[in-house]
Amino acid sequence: MENTTKRYWKGVEELRNDATFVKNANSEFANPDPSESPSDLDGLLGGSNTKRRDFMKVMGFGMAAVSLAACETPVHKAIPYLNKPEATFPSISDYYASTYTDGGDYAAILVETREGRPIKIEGNPLSSISKGGTTARVQASLLSLYDIDKLNGPRRGETVIDWATADREITSQLASVTARGGAIRIVTSTILSPATKAVVADFIAKYPSARHIMYDANSAFGMVQANQTSFGQAVIPTYDFSKAQTIVSLGADFLGTWVSPLEYALPYAQGRKIGAVGSGKKTMSRHYQFETGLSMTGANADYRGTYKPSQEGLVALALYNKVAAKVGSASAGGASVDIQYLDKAATDLAATRGRSLVVSGSNDPNVQVIVNALNNLLGNYGTTIDLGKPVNYRQGNDQQMNAFIDEAKAGRVGAVLFFGANPVYDHPRGAELAEALPKISLSISFADRADETASLAKYITPAPHFLECWNDAEPKQGSYSLTQPAITHIFKTRQFQSSLLTWAGKPNDFQTYLKSFWRTTYYPQATGFDSFDAFWIKCLHDGVFETSTAQTAAAGASFAGNVAQAAAAVTQRYKPTTGMELALYEKVSMGTGSTANNPWLQEMPDPVTKACWDNYAALSQKTANDMGLAQNDLVTITVGGKSMELPVLVQPGQADNTVSVAVGYGREKGGKSANGVGKNAFPFVSTVNGHLSYSAVNAKVEKASGTREIAQTQTHDTVMGRRAVVQEAKLADYQKNPMAGRYVPKVETSEGPTETADISLWHGYGKPNHSWGMVIDLNSCIGCNACVVGCQSENNIQVVGRQEVINRREMHWIRIDRYYSSDAEAEDFKALEVASANPEVVFQPMLCQHCSNAPCETVCPVLATTHSTEGLNQMTYNRCIGTRYCANNCPYKVRRFNWWKYFDNDNFDYHFNNDLGKMVINPDVTVRSRGVIEKCSFCVQRIQEGKLTAKKERRRPLPDEIQTACAQACPTNAIIFGDMNNPESTISKTLEVEMKGRAFHVLEEINVRPQISYLTKIRNKDEMPKQETRQESQA
Amino acid sequence: MLINTINKFHKMSRLSRLWGAVALSLALFVNSSQVTAQDSTAAGGGGPAAATPAAAGGGDAEKGKALFTNNCAQCHAVTEEVVVGPGLKGVVQRTPGKEWLYKWIRNSSAVIATGDPYAVQVFNKYQKIQMSSFPNLTNADIDGILAYIDEASAPKTATVGGGGTAQERGGGGASAENGGGSAGPSELFTFVLVALLVVMLLVLGVLLVIVTILSKAVTPVGVTDGTQTASSLGQRLKEGMSSAFNNPTLRSIAIWIFLLVVTKATLDGAYSVGIQQGYAPKQPIAYSHKLHAGQYKIDCNYCHTGVNKGKSATIPSANICMNCHGVIKKESPEIQKIYAAIENNRPIEWVRVHNLPDLAYFNHAQHVNVGNVQCTTCHGEIEKMEVVEQRSSLTMGWCIDCHRKTEVNTKDNAYYDKLVALHRKESKEPLKVANIGGLECSKCHY
Repeated sequence: MENTTKRYWKGVEELRNDATFVKNANSEFANPDPSESPSDLDGLLGGSNTKRRDFMKVMGFGMAAVSLAACETPVHKAIPYLNKPEATFPSISDYYASTYTDGGDYAAILVETREGRPIKIEGNPLSSISKGGTTARVQASLLSLYDIDKLNGPRRGETVIDWATADREITSQLASVTARGGAIRIVTSTILSPATKAVVADFIAKYPSARHIMYDANSAFGMVQANQTSFGQAVIPTYDFSKAQTIVSLGADFLGTWVSPLEYALPYAQGRKIGAVGSGKKTMSRHYQFETGLSMTGANADYRGTYKPSQEGLVALALYNKVAAKVGSASAGGASVDIQYLDKAATDLAATRGRSLVVSGSNDPNVQVIVNALNNLLGNYGTTIDLGKPVNYRQGNDQQMNAFIDEAKAGRVGAVLFFGANPVYDHPRGAELAEALPKISLSISFADRADETASLAKYITPAPHFLECWNDAEPKQGSYSLTQPAITHIFKTRQFQSSLLTWAGKPNDFQTYLKSFWRTTYYPQATGFDSFDAFWIKCLHDGVFETSTAQTAAAGASFAGNVAQAAAAVTQRYKPTTGMELALYEKVSMGTGSTANNPWLQEMPDPVTKACWDNYAALSQKTANDMGLAQNDLVTITVGGKSMELPVLVQPGQADNTVSVAVGYGREKGGKSANGVGKNAFPFVSTVNGHLSYSAVNAKVEKASGTREIAQTQTHDTVMGRRAVVQEAKLADYQKNPMAGRYVPKVETSEGPTETADISLWHGYGKPNHSWGMVIDLNSCIGCNACVVGCQSENNIQVVGRQEVINRREMHWIRIDRYYSSDAEAEDFKALEVASANPEVVFQPMLCQHCSNAPCETVCPVLATTHSTEGLNQMTYNRCIGTRYCANNCPYKVRRFNWWKYFDNDNFDYHFNNDLGKMVINPDVTVRSRGVIEKCSFCVQRIQEGKLTAKKERRRPLPDEIQTACAQACPTNAIIFGDMNNPESTISKTLEVEMKGRAFHVLEEINVRPQISYLTKIRNKDEMPKQETRQESQA
Repeated sequence: MLINTINKFHKMSRLSRLWGAVALSLALFVNSSQVTAQDSTAAGGGGPAAATPAAAGGGDAEKGKALFTNNCAQCHAVTEEVVVGPGLKGVVQRTPGKEWLYKWIRNSSAVIATGDPYAVQVFNKYQKIQMSSFPNLTNADIDGILAYIDEASAPKTATVGGGGTAQERGGGGASAENGGGSAGPSELFTFVLVALLVVMLLVLGVLLVIVTILSKAVTPVGVTDGTQTASSLGQRLKEGMSSAFNNPTLRSIAIWIFLLVVTKATLDGAYSVGIQQGYAPKQPIAYSHKLHAGQYKIDCNYCHTGVNKGKSATIPSANICMNCHGVIKKESPEIQKIYAAIENNRPIEWVRVHNLPDLAYFNHAQHVNVGNVQCTTCHGEIEKMEVVEQRSSLTMGWCIDCHRKTEVNTKDNAYYDKLVALHRKESKEPLKVANIGGLECSKCHY
C-alpha cells in the first residue's frame, strides 16, 4: 500500500541510503555515543555500561532520597497581593496590546500576562500589517525578557555604578565634548518609533554636534537608493503579494527574512489558497524564485532556478531584456546570462502585466534599478507596488555608517552612543571599530548586556526589553502602533529615551513624553473622539492606530531611472568566475544574531536544512563530490585574508560551486546560549561602491582536518518506510478533479476492495459534545516555524541543547517535516538522482494526530494514554512509567520522551535552570520531569479554559473561539483548529467541501482515523508532456 | 462536631463487632445522650424560624437575606449591636421612613449634604464614618433587606429576652456541646479499652481453666501418680508454652499474622504519604473563620473574590481586610500585623493549607460558579473553624468519587442543553459529571 505517484525523501541521507540513516530509521530511540553525553551517569542511567558499584551507589542514593523526601511535607506559602488591582485576578490572564520591534522588524502583538508577568505573545488581529500573525522570532522574543545574562544596572567599564552617578558623569562629559566642539554620534539600528526620533532630535538640539546614524546589519540601502534614482523617493514601497499572479523573486527571501516577511506572508498565502480555504477559487499565483542557496521562500516556489552570486545582476538584466523583448520595449543591453526557467518567468510576467511582481534581495542599487524598471515595464506600480505607502523597516544608511567608522578611526569622534546596535559584531568593519573605540573619549552603549560593542564602551546604561517599555512605532506611513509595558522593570534598567531626555536636561518620563507627542502629532488626525484621553485609551487598547482604514488607491509613479546606465554598471560589476563563491544569508530563526542568546531560537530547526545550534557551509552534492567532501567535514572558507572553519552540509538546491553561510552566529559576548555557537560570517560582508554586499566571488574552500556533527532533526522520527504521507497535485489536474493527487487506499476483502475506514476492530468513541480537529493546508504552510516556537512557549517545552538534538532527543511537540521530491516519475531512479540537484520541497507540520483508533493507547501498560469523548488523545504524565511502547507504536513519530530532568539541571543551563527564566512558564501546563512521554495535547488547557468561559456565560463556545497555540501563531492561517461537531466552525465548513476534495489523512491505509486532515499541496506547474503520453499509453 | 462524633462512633462500632455487647451498649448510651442534646438545640434554633411573622412591608426576605449578607453584614448587625454602623433592629421605625432609607442607602453622603437633621445626627454619632453607597439597589431590593432585618431581629427578643442573640446562644450551645462531645469519645475510648482489657483477662482465665480441665481429662489415669500431680500449675504452663513455641504450625501462624499485620500497616502508611487530611498549620495571623464566616456570617465571596471567576479562589489582599478593619478592632495585635504588612509593603505570607499537587488542575470557577458546589462540600464546616483545617483528603479517589455521584448543574446553562438531550435519550438516570467526561484524564491532568 504505497503511494506510487511520487517519491519523497527527507534528506539526502535517505536518497543515498546512508548506513546511519538505515540504522536509525528502524530504531526511534537510537543509542547515542555515551562519551558525548552531558554527564558521566548517562551510561548508567541509559542502561548501557552499568557497573555493579555504580548500581549500588544509585540504589543507595535513591533509597536515601526517598526516605528523606518522605520525612516531612514541605510547607507551601500562599502569598496574596498586598493591594490587589481591581481588574486583575490571580490565575486569570490579562492581555495587553503592544508592539514588537527588533531593529526594523515589526509585529503588532498581544501580550498575555499572569500575575503581572508576560507568559505568551500572540498576534494582534487589528493590525493591517501583521494581521494577527507572528513569526518564530516574535514568539521567542518573550524568552529574551527573562534572560539571566542581562546586566543588572548601569556600569562604568566593569564597575557597577548607580544611575545618579552615571547621569552626573555622562552629562558633564557630554558637556565637555560639546564645549570643545567634538562630534557626538548616536549609532542605532533602524528606529521605527517617531517619538524616539523626536527624543533624539531633542538631544541633538541640546548637543548640536550630535548626529544620528542608522545602519542595518541586513541592509536594504541599495533598494532605498534605487528608489531615489528611479522615483526621487528614498524609500521602500509597500508590496502586495496577494494581487500578484506572477511573483518573481531574485534572491529575496521575502517569506523568511527579506524586509518584512510577516507582512508579506498572509497576502502571499492568500494568492495561493484554493478551494474551500481560498473562498472557492481555483486559481493561484505562480511563484518563480532564482537564488543561490535554497531559502525558505525558494522552497515554496513553483519554479526555482539557481545562480551564482556573480550572476546576480545579470539575471535581473536578462529577465528585463527578455520581458522587454516580449512586450515590445527596448532592450537595456548589457551582458546576458541564461539560467533555467528564466525564459518561462519572462513569458509569464509578460502575460500578466499589471498583475505581477518582481522583487530582488540584492543590495546593489543598479540591480534594484533594473528591477524597478522591470516592474515599471510590467505596469506593477499602482497595482502590486504602492510607493504612496512607504515602509520604514530598513532605514539604515551604509555610507553614513562607513563614514562614521572612518571618523572614529581618525579620532574625530568625541562621543558615541550605541542603541540597538552591535557594530563590532555585526558590521563587516567591526574589527576596525573595536580598535577605534577605546580612542573615543566617551562611549556609551544601551545594550542589555556587555556584548561585543558594549564591553568596549566606557559606560553601559542598559535599556530594558521592549516588553518593559513605553514606545511607539510607525512601520508604514499612516500606520501607528503603541508599545506599553507588560511588566515592571526586572533589572535596574532605564529606557534609551528616558536616558537621552535626562542627559538633554528634560523631564525624563517617557510615558508622559509619548502621550504628549501623540496628542500633538496623531490626535489631530483622528476623528470621532471626544477627548484626547478617549483617543489614547482606544489606541492603547487596540495597540494600533491607522489613519486611513479605507484602502486608498495605490499610488502609481513615473519611472525616471536610467536602465541603460544601470545595465552597463551591472555588466561592469558581474563577471563570470570559475572558482567558488560565497553567499551570506540570514536564517529565519537567528536573523542578524541580535537575539542569539535565545535558546528557543537556537533550537528551532532551520526550515530548509533542519539544522539547529550551528551555522555551516552549505554545498551542493555535486560540488561536495568534486571536492571530496562529505556532510560534517570541516572546511576552511577564505575570502581576502579572512577565514573561518565550518562543517559541511550537503544542501540539495544549492547552486554548484557556491557555498552559503548564515550570518548571526559566532557571538562571543552574547550570553550562555549564544557564545561559541557557529562562526561569525559578518566579517565576510564586503562594501562595494558604498553598499554592503552579502556575497564574495573569490572564496576559497579547502578541506580542514576533522569533522563537526551538525544537529539536524529532519531524518529523526521517520515513518518506517510508509510513503503516503504527503499528497500533491499540479494546478491543472486539480482544476479538472479536486481529488487530484489524492491517494485513496483500498483493502481487499471478501466483498471486493473496500475503503479502509469501513473496516475496524474497534467500536469507536462517541463524541457527543465536541470533536476537536484540525485542518492543515499544505498549500498555505510556508514552513516558517512560528507554530513550533509558539507551541514551545505555550506548553513549557524544554530546550535540550545541541548534543541532545544530535542524540535525536529534541522535544518539540510540533515539527515541520521538510520533504524533497522531484517531478520525475517515481520509478525513474536516474531522474531522481538528477532531481536532487534542485528538488521540489513540501513542508508538512506534523504533530499528534489524535487518532480515534490510536495505536499508542492500546500498547500502554498503565493506561497513561487514553482517549477522551472530545476526540483528544490524552497523555497523563503522572501515570506514565516510561516504557516508550507508545512512541514505538506511533505511526507518526510524534511522541517525545524525557530522557533527562531538563529543569534545575546544570547540564541543561537554559532558561529552566534559573528562577528568572522560569518566569516564562505557563502555569496551566505541567513541567514534565524525567522518564515520561509527552506530546501534543491540542492545547487542552486552552480547550478547557474556553469551555469554562462558555459555561460561566451559560452558552456554547463560539465557532472559532478556542484556538491552539500553533493555529494562533500561524502567519498564513495554514492551521485551522476547531470543533468538528459545530457546523458553524471554519473547520466544519472547510471539511464539508474538502472531504470530497483535497482533504486527506496521513497514512490513511492504517486506519487510525486521525482528527487532523491535511489539504493536498497544489503546485502551479505546467503539466509534463511526458506524463501525458504515459497516461495515454496506459489508457 | 456532631458528625465527627458519629464518625468516631462508627469507627468504634467496627471494633464493637469484635468485642460484643459491652462496647455496643456503651456506644448506644453515648449516642442516645447526643441525640437528646441535638433535639434540644434543634428546638431552640428551630422555634424562632417557625414563629417568624409574615415579612413586613411586602419585601422578599429570602432575597433580602442574600443582599444583606453580601452588602451590609460587614458593618451592620440585624440586632442592636453596633459593628461599624448601628445595629439595624427596628431601623424602619426609628428612621424618618422608607423613602428616607431608600435615599440614604443609595447615597448617604448626599442625604447628609442636604443637611437632613436625622442623617447628620447618625453620621456624627458613628464617628463620621461614611457609609458605602449602593446605587444599584432597587427599592424592591431595599424592601427585601428591611424585611429580612425585621424577620431576623423580631423573634429573638421574644425567645431570648435581653440575654444575647439567638446566634450567640446557638453558637455557645454548639461549642458547649462540642466540648462535651470531644471529651466524650476520649473518655469512652479509655473506658472501652479498660473494659476490653478486663474482658480479655477474663477470657484468658476461662481458657486456662478449660485447658487445665481438659488436660486433666485427657491425661491417662495410670500416669497420674503422686509426683505428676504434684507438679505446679506454673511448671505446666511453662511446658505448655515451650511446646507451643516448638509447634511448627503455631509458629508459622504467628509469623504469618505478624507479617500480614506489618504489610497492612506498610500499605496503609504508603497510601497516606502526601495526604494531609487534618492539616491545620498555624497561620501568621490568627484569623478566625469561625468569627468572620460563622458568627458574623460574612459571605465567602466577600473576601475570596476569585472563586466565581478563575482557578484560584484567591486569598484576600490586605486592602479587603481594611474595608472593615480600617475602623474595627484596629488595636488588636493580630490586626496590627496587617497594618505592619501594609506599612512595610510586604505581603502577608499565609501557610497554604490545601496543597493540590502540580500535576492536578483544579478550577474553583468550574465547581462553584458553573457546578454550584457549596464551599463546605470540599472545605468542611469552615464557619466553625478557628484555624482552617484540610477536611477532605484531596486524593484522586475522593475527586473521582464526587464526580461519579454529583449531578451536573445544567439548569439555565445553554452549554449543557445538547448533552442533557442526548443523555435523556439514552438513560433515565440523572446526568452525572462522570457521564460528560468527568472521569477523563485530561480534564484535570495536563
